[in-house]
Amino acid sequence: MKISFLKLILISLVAFALIIFFLALNIEKRYSTEKIIGKSVDNFELEFLNNDKVFKKQDLANDEFHLINIWASWCLPCRKEHPILMTLKKENKLKIIGMNFKDKKLNANNFLRELGNPYDFSLSDKDGTQSILFGVYGIPESILIDKKHKIIRKFIGPLNVKDSEDILQLVNEK
Amino acid sequence: MKNKFLIIFFCIFFVEPSSADINKLETKIFKNLRCIVCQGQSIAESNSDFAQTIKIVVRDKIDQGDNEKEIYEFLAEKYGEWIIYKPKFNYINSLLWFSPYIVLVFGGLLIFKYLKRGKQ
Repeated sequence: MKISFLKLILISLVAFALIIFFLALNIEKRYSTEKIIGKSVDNFELEFLNNDKVFKKQDLANDEFHLINIWASWCLPCRKEHPILMTLKKENKLKIIGMNFKDKKLNANNFLRELGNPYDFSLSDKDGTQSILFGVYGIPESILIDKKHKIIRKFIGPLNVKDSEDILQLVNEK
Repeated sequence: MKNKFLIIFFCIFFVEPSSADINKLETKIFKNLRCIVCQGQSIAESNSDFAQTIKIVVRDKIDQGDNEKEIYEFLAEKYGEWIIYKPKFNYINSLLWFSPYIVLVFGGLLIFKYLKRGKQ
């Protein structure tokens, strides 16, 4: 059977359109943290929550893991994850940094007084711009950093028991 | 007189970008960034907390002297390519860039053949 040139072009165009649709359906269409994992932490500068001193990337200890927890007193899920952070506080090899996000100092301190302070360093990101360096788009989020200041895990949403176990495993295996 | 003319000439043509130029660049970048916490809105259109923060960061980056490409690269590194509306040209999405031209050429050929056959 002889296929005409016209039909050949038509079939090619339909096949081409189907391939494009198929590829488009498989494209990742959501926020992804893939690129941030394995990268070294960007230089950052954050004021302490209760004084004007500044905490920089250079202030991260070289022989310890750090968990940066982004939180606020107005954030309800932050309340939910707080007991997990209080448990993680007991781990000696891990330093927890609290990055208070777009919050009032008074409210933040009241929150910590009421529920306990799990943070080794309480910092403040008043306008939220420093959180962009960590790819944050909502709170709470937590970022686990290894001894070489490389981001090894990112937890979106409130930490749960499983996350806590994962963090402890990572901290103790390396 | 000649010197004055030269000074005026340099002032006109070699001044730093005006605030209007910067605003134009800001708006262009905001329109090309997706608000990842909103539904179908760009950073320019959104009033969400996330969009407001991204706007501050973009303005800071422009003030620091970063160009448009560097700002996109910075944000794509943090949030993935998804945050940029206009896809970057690379090997993977080259098909996406060329597909309209391919369809145009083959579609044109198809119409041409169809019309030619009609005449015959």
